[in-house]
Amino acid sequence: MTGQPFDYFWLGKLSIDSLPFVEFIRDPNSNTAVGAFAKAAAIGGAMGLMVLLTVFGKWRVFWHEWLTSLDAKKIGIMYIVLAMVMLLRAVIEAGFMRAQQMLAVEQPGPLAPEHFGELFSTHGTIMIFFMAMPFLIGIINVVMPLQIGARDVKFPLLNAISLALTAAGAVLIMISLVIGKFSTGGWSGYPPFTELAFNPGAGVDYWIWAVTLSSIGNTLTGINFAVTIYKLRAPGMTWFRMPLFSWTALCTSIIMIFAMMPLTVATLMLALDRYAGFHFFTNALGGNMMNYTNLFWLFGHPEVYIVILPAFGVFSEVFSTFSGKRLYGYHSLVFATMAIAVLSFCVWLHHFFTMGETADLNAAFGIATMLIGVPTGVKVYDWLLTMVRGRVRLTTAMLFSIMFMVTFVIGGLTGVILANPPVDFAVHNSLFLVAHFHNMLIPGTLFGMFAAYYVWFPKMFGFRLSEKWGRISFWCWSFGFYLAFMPLYALGLMGAMRRSAQWFDPQYLPWLVVAFCGALLILAGLASQVVQLWVSIRDRDTTRVPGGDPWDGRSLEWSMSAPPPEYNFAVIPQVHDRDAFTWMKKNGTSYTAPEHYEDIKMPKNSIVAPVICALTAALGFALTWHIWWLTIASFIAVWATVIARSFCQNTEETIPASQVREEHERWLRSVKALKPAPREHETTSANQGLAEVVV
Amino acid sequence: MNYPSARWVIVLATLFLASCGFSDHGFLAPAGPIAEAQRNHFLSITAWTLVVIVPLFVATPIVLWKYRFGKKDSTYRPNWTFSWILEGLIWGLPLIIVGVLGWNVWKVSHQLDPYTPIASDKPTLRIQVVGLDWKWLFIYPDQKIASVNQLVFPADRPVRFELTSETVMQAFMIPRLGSQIYAMPGMITQLNLLASEPGSYRGQNTQYNGKAFAKQKFTAKAVSEFTFEDWVNQQKSNPPLDISAYNKLARRSVLSEPVFFGNITPGLFQRIIERVKSTPAVELPGAVKQTSEGGS
Amino acid sequence: MNKIRKYSRHPGLNMGSTDPETHEAAETLLFGFWVFLMSDLVLFALLFADYAAQSQHGVAGGPTPGDILDLKNPFIETMLLLVSSFTFGLAALAMKYRQDRTRLVFWLVVTFALGAGFVGLEVYDFTDMISKGHGPQTSGFLSAFFLLVGTHGIHVSSGLIWLLVLLVQVFVFGLNRNVKTRLMRLAIFWHMLDVVWIGIFTFVYLFGVA
Repeated sequence: MTGQPFDYFWLGKLSIDSLPFVEFIRDPNSNTAVGAFAKAAAIGGAMGLMVLLTVFGKWRVFWHEWLTSLDAKKIGIMYIVLAMVMLLRAVIEAGFMRAQQMLAVEQPGPLAPEHFGELFSTHGTIMIFFMAMPFLIGIINVVMPLQIGARDVKFPLLNAISLALTAAGAVLIMISLVIGKFSTGGWSGYPPFTELAFNPGAGVDYWIWAVTLSSIGNTLTGINFAVTIYKLRAPGMTWFRMPLFSWTALCTSIIMIFAMMPLTVATLMLALDRYAGFHFFTNALGGNMMNYTNLFWLFGHPEVYIVILPAFGVFSEVFSTFSGKRLYGYHSLVFATMAIAVLSFCVWLHHFFTMGETADLNAAFGIATMLIGVPTGVKVYDWLLTMVRGRVRLTTAMLFSIMFMVTFVIGGLTGVILANPPVDFAVHNSLFLVAHFHNMLIPGTLFGMFAAYYVWFPKMFGFRLSEKWGRISFWCWSFGFYLAFMPLYALGLMGAMRRSAQWFDPQYLPWLVVAFCGALLILAGLASQVVQLWVSIRDRDTTRVPGGDPWDGRSLEWSMSAPPPEYNFAVIPQVHDRDAFTWMKKNGTSYTAPEHYEDIKMPKNSIVAPVICALTAALGFALTWHIWWLTIASFIAVWATVIARSFCQNTEETIPASQVREEHERWLRSVKALKPAPREHETTSANQGLAEVVV
Repeated sequence: MNYPSARWVIVLATLFLASCGFSDHGFLAPAGPIAEAQRNHFLSITAWTLVVIVPLFVATPIVLWKYRFGKKDSTYRPNWTFSWILEGLIWGLPLIIVGVLGWNVWKVSHQLDPYTPIASDKPTLRIQVVGLDWKWLFIYPDQKIASVNQLVFPADRPVRFELTSETVMQAFMIPRLGSQIYAMPGMITQLNLLASEPGSYRGQNTQYNGKAFAKQKFTAKAVSEFTFEDWVNQQKSNPPLDISAYNKLARRSVLSEPVFFGNITPGLFQRIIERVKSTPAVELPGAVKQTSEGGS
Repeated sequence: MNKIRKYSRHPGLNMGSTDPETHEAAETLLFGFWVFLMSDLVLFALLFADYAAQSQHGVAGGPTPGDILDLKNPFIETMLLLVSSFTFGLAALAMKYRQDRTRLVFWLVVTFALGAGFVGLEVYDFTDMISKGHGPQTSGFLSAFFLLVGTHGIHVSSGLIWLLVLLVQVFVFGLNRNVKTRLMRLAIFWHMLDVVWIGIFTFVYLFGVA
């Protein structure tokens, strides 16, 4: 399993076996071929990116405009790009898993069981920590400051460092694809299976450090967002005038502040067990794995709401905007969001009803879990009622939202079922559970993030995405989802367990074949999104929205050009109404020049974040492979960087009022020249980002 | 079943499920009272929850049709944002249903608590279960025999399992009999099950524990009281299970055939637990001699 | 900004009357730092909870808290830390009247010395325990003990490094707004560590010995 290390001092536990393709060259078979394909794809992707940057001479732009930028919008976009790259990997992995399970009925199947174990572990870890989290944090970064009328988040450098830490974790996961092997302990990494005694390899360490880095990044993000929303709202933006997306961003941030820490603590304790011989979760000498499950799910359940609440916010905006109507039951939705945020901390035990607690405890947590169904159900009906008496426009974002609504309640139904300890005893750890949480996270989080991507893409880049390819991807994803996951409910009820690399029951086969077809359809959906991006960039001159308001938007983020200037608002607006921008449009103040402009202070670019990204990735890699000199060097270097930064005095630059005036007036003139688009032509080139105001 | 009014739902649902191939798998094809109660609870919960979600399935297409953008003659009230009646309904109805379900959960959770002995006029059979990598050891302390990967027990008589694990956390489950419970190293969990009729059911580990996880299956044979006595007597002549035989057995392996032991060392189960708690597992037990390799 | 806003209080040293500009700049910064401290306190809450469980159930035949904990050094450590909090308070008061850099530096140095004494004594205690065979590898209880007390110690040590960096900055930059708000943040960090230590002293040492 582990070969002779090359040189323990300089290279730690790295050996010939940890190098890519060695396994395939030694023993070419279907299993190692899949591994070699993945490694080649990862290396090829990284090389391809570098070649492209070199060929087009974009390294300088990449560095100055992106990597070192402290602009929340750009950081947000980088988060989203990271999420999409990771999504691509994890969906392909899902395809391999579905193929393996389909081909492994009463036979071994193409993949070795450990390889399958790595696949479900990376799939879960990536989807939660490196897809869902970065995606929603990215969207919040782009949208939230614009929505509340702020120029940036409160701590821009901290924001960049959060991204750096998350990216370093993602880099570590990508490296694990190429060098050595990843953990087989699943995304939850339960000890004692992940303890040294049972998993001596580097895989679990990759998992620990990737997850730890991202969880620290997420804690900092939560602090940053919460402070931003508390302190930087525009004048007049009272709590109950705040758009619902920002409300969900706030609730998510608060959950992050409280819930990421248990994860960090759990992974670090596991690390102490593995590296220093402590006894937190070991079998012997007073260790107890039950402490881990409590810590992990104390994070893990709130995490579910961290990833779903922002999506709820997106849906609230989408239903309201594309129904041309104010949000129904705003206060109800706010209270429901807060109720969910509080309840999310009261239910973690339902992840282990089968651990032998008393019936009193199980029942209490079961009831608490079901209670979450109430505010969630309220939300769904509030969205439905938002469409009632509206004029519903079925754009791609709206299609995803409606599909979410009807599909999500099925997941809610199975959630209520699973909340019952007596039933959970029968389906715990089964594919029923797998179907349930995919039923929550795909229509919930992922469709929400897609809807956000379609809605706010024009704001980020100044042109719309292809509606045609958007619809194709929508149908692929929707049908793909139903085909891939409804069979898993059935399989779970038939006693099929999750994480099985092989089956011994021929009756599972038809269901597995259907599920595989669903996975293919989902892959097609993802492929059409890639095509969509390509087509949209190619045709961008026909879909530009210089007016900045392509969807007849209701909140402040639609009130400036697309893409917005670095400082977001030429002048911080005064908010008069919950639908602030709609109010402006109705009262004719939406495109008027203010009386005077002021100088704007914005943070200068900083190399700190990319440096910390590189150093923490090195730190994680060094820890994983026990390369101690590098561990010490990179750890010191990280803190030296932070301290050095604290000696920088000129961290802000001033944009003079004259420049702001010139840019703003130029934009106002260009808006005057645009022809307002009626909603019928929303998805045609007639839509230039200026909405027809119907009074 | 707690709601007589919903009984017909269960009958229909059972028929439907049977036609889909669930008739010989999982707890929807119960072979004992626990699984049966779980199935009934499952179906009634489903029915109750449908009260909340079916209206949405009905209303969504209607709303989408009625208020579609192209239909200009529908009411359009862009500033309509609230109605006390509707709000009361969408908060009230789920609250009532969760109230009903919650009360029911409290009751059924206690009835189906895996630690609660099953009422019966027959004496309970005690079986100690040890989860090994990747096999199950069943010790019959009162009969002083043991078996690996084959669980034989009398039908229609309550069985009380005490479980632990030699390695990592595992979960013991016989789907058609109902509840599962974790088997954890250094600890004892309990599970009470009963098979109504003689029959052969698949049992499995449901908690991932390494490469041969998928192969950690066993057969649970419910037999008549007479056959059970007979079987116990047959096992007495098998080789004994003492600590050294156990150590050999505990090595990581997948067994192609069940193994049986005659005379077991008294207190073995307790000794296993104590040993796991006191000995740091630095080295893996074995991985040398394996009857059949788990995968690649 | 109107006058009321300028002199509004925020959680931290009130500099509204002596240095209103810094006071105002500090408002959001300190608020952010309090939120950070909240997440840091979650960390300690979890470690306390883990200690509560493992000091009871994780002894595993090894020494119990009553066997190996004594109050002498922890009591001295408590006093060092409490006094250091007080001296930091004096430093903060010195800072409030911006001319008095010497006095500020003096009290910061005293604080540093007391903090270093605390860390030194703790390190001595730890090495002593390890040399007696009561290292963190001994049992779940001792793992939890070293993690809880050690995490606090690491926090104090980072506080010391932070203090050093700020001392350098006081000399390099003088008492500008950045340095002042940083000192204000370090002050609440330092006081929080004091509060956490009171928890540790009570919960780990007093309860352990009792």
